[in-house]
Amino acid sequence: MAKPKLMDYDKALELFEPVLGFEVHVELNTQTKMFSDAPNPAAAGNEPHEPNTTITPVDLGLPGSLPVVNEQAIKYSISLGLALGCSIAPSSRFARKNYFYPDLAKNYQISQYDEPIAFDGNVEVELPNGRVFQVEIERAHMEEDAGKLTHVGGATGRIQGAEYSLVDYNRAGVPLVEIVTKMITGAEADAPDLAKAYVSAIRDIVLSLGISEAKMERGNLRCDANISLTPRGSGQLGTRTETKNVNSLRSVERAIRYEIQRQAAILADGGTIIQETRHWHEDTGVTSAGRPKSDADDYRYFPEPDLLPVEPSVELIEELRAALPEAPALRKRRLKEAWGFTDLEFQDVVNSGLLGEVEATTAAGASAQSARKWWTGEIARVANERGVEPSSLVSPLHVSELVAMVEDGELTDRLARQVLEGVMAGEGSPGEVVKSRGLAVVSDDGALIAAIDDALASQPDVLEKIRDGKVQAAGAVIGAVMKAMKGQADAARVRELVLERAAATE
Amino acid sequence: MTDLTRLSAAALSEKLQAGEVSSVEVTRAHLDRIAAVDGDVHAFLHVSSAALDTAQAVDDKRAAGEKLGPLAGVPIAIKDVLCTMDMPSTAGSRMLEGWVPPYDATVVRKLREADLVPLGKTNMDEFAMGSSTEHSAYGPTRNPWDLERIPGGSGGGSAAAVAAFEAPLALGSDTGGSIRQPAAVTGSVGVKPTYGGVSRYGAIALASSLDQVGPVTRTVLDAALLHDVIGGHDPRDSTSLRDEWPSFATAAREGAASKSLAGVRVGVVKELNGDGFQAGVHSRFAESLELMASAGAEIVEVSAPSFEYAINAYYLILPAEASSNLAKFDSVRFGLRVTPESGGTVEDVMAATRAAGFGDEVKRRVILGTYALSAGYYDAYYGSAQKVRTLIQRDFAAAFEQADVLVSPAAPTTAFKLGEKLDDPLAMYLNDITTIPANLAGVPGMGLPMGLAPEDGLPTGIQFMAPAREDVRLYRVGSALEALLEDKWGHTLISRAPDLSLGEEFAAMEGAV
Amino acid sequence: MSSSSTEQLTTDQVAHLASLARIALTPDEITKLTGELGVIIDSVARVNEVASADVPATSHPIPLSNVFRADVPGETLTTEQALSGAPDHDGSRFRVSAILGEEQ
Repeated sequence: MAKPKLMDYDKALELFEPVLGFEVHVELNTQTKMFSDAPNPAAAGNEPHEPNTTITPVDLGLPGSLPVVNEQAIKYSISLGLALGCSIAPSSRFARKNYFYPDLAKNYQISQYDEPIAFDGNVEVELPNGRVFQVEIERAHMEEDAGKLTHVGGATGRIQGAEYSLVDYNRAGVPLVEIVTKMITGAEADAPDLAKAYVSAIRDIVLSLGISEAKMERGNLRCDANISLTPRGSGQLGTRTETKNVNSLRSVERAIRYEIQRQAAILADGGTIIQETRHWHEDTGVTSAGRPKSDADDYRYFPEPDLLPVEPSVELIEELRAALPEAPALRKRRLKEAWGFTDLEFQDVVNSGLLGEVEATTAAGASAQSARKWWTGEIARVANERGVEPSSLVSPLHVSELVAMVEDGELTDRLARQVLEGVMAGEGSPGEVVKSRGLAVVSDDGALIAAIDDALASQPDVLEKIRDGKVQAAGAVIGAVMKAMKGQADAARVRELVLERAAATE
Repeated sequence: MTDLTRLSAAALSEKLQAGEVSSVEVTRAHLDRIAAVDGDVHAFLHVSSAALDTAQAVDDKRAAGEKLGPLAGVPIAIKDVLCTMDMPSTAGSRMLEGWVPPYDATVVRKLREADLVPLGKTNMDEFAMGSSTEHSAYGPTRNPWDLERIPGGSGGGSAAAVAAFEAPLALGSDTGGSIRQPAAVTGSVGVKPTYGGVSRYGAIALASSLDQVGPVTRTVLDAALLHDVIGGHDPRDSTSLRDEWPSFATAAREGAASKSLAGVRVGVVKELNGDGFQAGVHSRFAESLELMASAGAEIVEVSAPSFEYAINAYYLILPAEASSNLAKFDSVRFGLRVTPESGGTVEDVMAATRAAGFGDEVKRRVILGTYALSAGYYDAYYGSAQKVRTLIQRDFAAAFEQADVLVSPAAPTTAFKLGEKLDDPLAMYLNDITTIPANLAGVPGMGLPMGLAPEDGLPTGIQFMAPAREDVRLYRVGSALEALLEDKWGHTLISRAPDLSLGEEFAAMEGAV
Repeated sequence: MSSSSTEQLTTDQVAHLASLARIALTPDEITKLTGELGVIIDSVARVNEVASADVPATSHPIPLSNVFRADVPGETLTTEQALSGAPDHDGSRFRVSAILGEEQ
């Protein structure tokens, strides 16, 4: 199939205004599923399971089975709603969304229709270029996930051309919260960045709440991106497409950019956009049309008769509100100001996921810059090498101790790195490692002088050269002393002593 | 030796506890009876091969001195709408032919824990949609009073099983009268508990907001004993009530012993009082009212104007919920799979399977329900029907201000002939006219025998209804009336049923009672 | 409230409903059903006579709310039990013919 025509991005933005909308599905990490007490495969650890092993009659939709609501999922949903700045419905109900599909065990999904648990919120999103957006949230509602289909026999493992499909219901019934934004206008050329930043912000929020593992590559967080183009000056909203299978932050950005270019090309040629669901392909960087839906969207919603209304008390809501962690966006702003980092430095910390570590290290007494240096420098390097999380290597307290020792002059940077190695090897705190390995900087001038004497013995003309004004000659002596002291000397002090000696023997 | 199959469950219970008879003997007697008559009656779709073993195990427990419940060792038939791990559960449909569930319904688990002995699964209208059991995919059940007539529905199998003395007890389900109406036309007793009083977990769903599981028996006391076993909160059913229920058996015994209705206000629902019903139903009903009055009851007339719309609301709500509940029958995980000759996509297989697996009545209601929920039609149909429900509840509430229990005939006619109403779905729906309001409102109802219709000698039944959660009133008042009637007749009604083992196929002679 | 609906149900509508409900009806069945359903719908549409705007809908006969369970795992089915009723499976997953439609 020929790659569809794409308009140049900047040209597209000249002619059209992008209008966005997002539906993000968050898999909650409760112990059990939304409506059954089967173990939740999206719980912390995201352990893989053999197919069809985390199911009860309810998840399989067996005749006679009935749903029962997971109380923890309700609390998590309310907390998420509050973190999104939403109002929490005093009474909300579940509804059946009826459609036939093999991954839907009952051929209806228990969801929420006109009574979502949370509504009317907003999320602050900061773009890489510094622009700050308030993305308005229409609603957040609870529902259950569907099973997983594997298509067999086709060329690409996708649905088209497959001979048959296999169904695994492990994921069926996993608790989901669907977050729906209101229409987003005004993003302009930043649309792809906004998309990425929005999804990232949602991810930050659910991680900070601890309610989801939020691994996009595992499907814990899924984004459906809606985009339409308004021809400039027309005031007429365009037809929107919905793009699914956007499995990473990078995909979010690329897919939005692609759709803008694709739709612009069609519209500029006088064509029309088909309202349809499209599928993003990360490997080829294109969206493709999904099969046309024959039933249109007649889901025949009606209130779920097997479940009762959810009516959280004001006390519960306030209890959950009080337990909310600081909003990630606010926290970032606060820390950036407090630390005085440049944008690049701060972004570096954020991108490395080390915000918490740096914060904790400064709380233990170290300066923010030093904390940043160590965490994003040596510790991150080792973590990368070993394929582990930096936080698993050393504690913020120990890092702060290390920083203090360097600032005191007790350790040089070089020595500090050795001490860090020892701490990461589990030899104890920085102080203990210094003692056991004997790594402290030698501060006794006598020892230094003795070493200087030794060095001078083999390089007698150094002092002469220094007296002649060639101060750099001291370097050879300093080098020899440092070597002899195994680096456990303050090179600056050695230099002072060498120069003093040169002056003294005048 | 007394014919064990003629004894009530209460009487069997006494003999079992006294050691006069073993559960194996009781069970064998009923299995023999089934073998003798079920070829004609066709109440059973499956007879358990484990029954005697189960009975033996109960006898062993009793011999070992274990303390057992009152119904331990008593056999029971189970409507095929209930999931049983050791027997197929077909819901009367080709769609689930031979399907053995990997789990027990909660009520079935309770039966087993109370040491009852499951005899087998009984026939029913497919997916409980019907009033005659003629819509079973496995052939109809015949009324033991006249094998050319229907036993009622959808639970005709359970009612026929107890009326034909094939089982002393049975379980049924009632969505619009499927327990109470068969009770009326077979001369037996049936109770629909308060909605939520008995767990629906494991009962193959028809209409989730209307379905209830309940006892089907020959006496009010037996129904009470069984209700005591199966009722109560089930965490697996979100709609089940947490109430602590009083002992219904105690209430039934008290009512029967007192034979008095002094201080009881009995409300006759004007809209359900029998006008337009079969003459014999009307007259037996009037006589029952007189009998109650003579026992001290205050008969009052109450009006429930919205009951006129009950059937209309019901036939919107039920199909809508059913169309969604039956969507799970799609050839993928269980049940029938029909692949079109030319192969096809899974959508084709689903459509072909459902076309072959569902009978006409089911298709009718699923399509109707799909329509009632469709975009653009919801408000006018399903939405409006749910409002009528509110009005019906209000009418009940008002009526229960003036009366302690409400009464009506449990069915408008005696058992009609097989095939008589099959071509007219609307006419068939009218069989439930007196029973539907209770399901819509969630209030409990009981059907029990009130006499044979003089014109055809067939059973008629009376229905009591009580406020939600007041099931105990049904047992107290029902057992009192039952005792009064039996005193008046000099015998039980069911004892007048023709002797099937002699091959008699005719109804009792006119004027018999 | 307006009087009961006198909308005529057409065979096209019934065919569409059958498709929504995934039931392959024959043309004869569609015709017969259209007639039967039309009569039923007229009859049941009477509800609109009394279902006025000021009457709230009742979804549940007995009012309850906040019915939950604790987030504690219970018993699961074994894969064997899960597949026990399956018309076709590969020992681990259910098998179905190729799928036409797209995920929702």
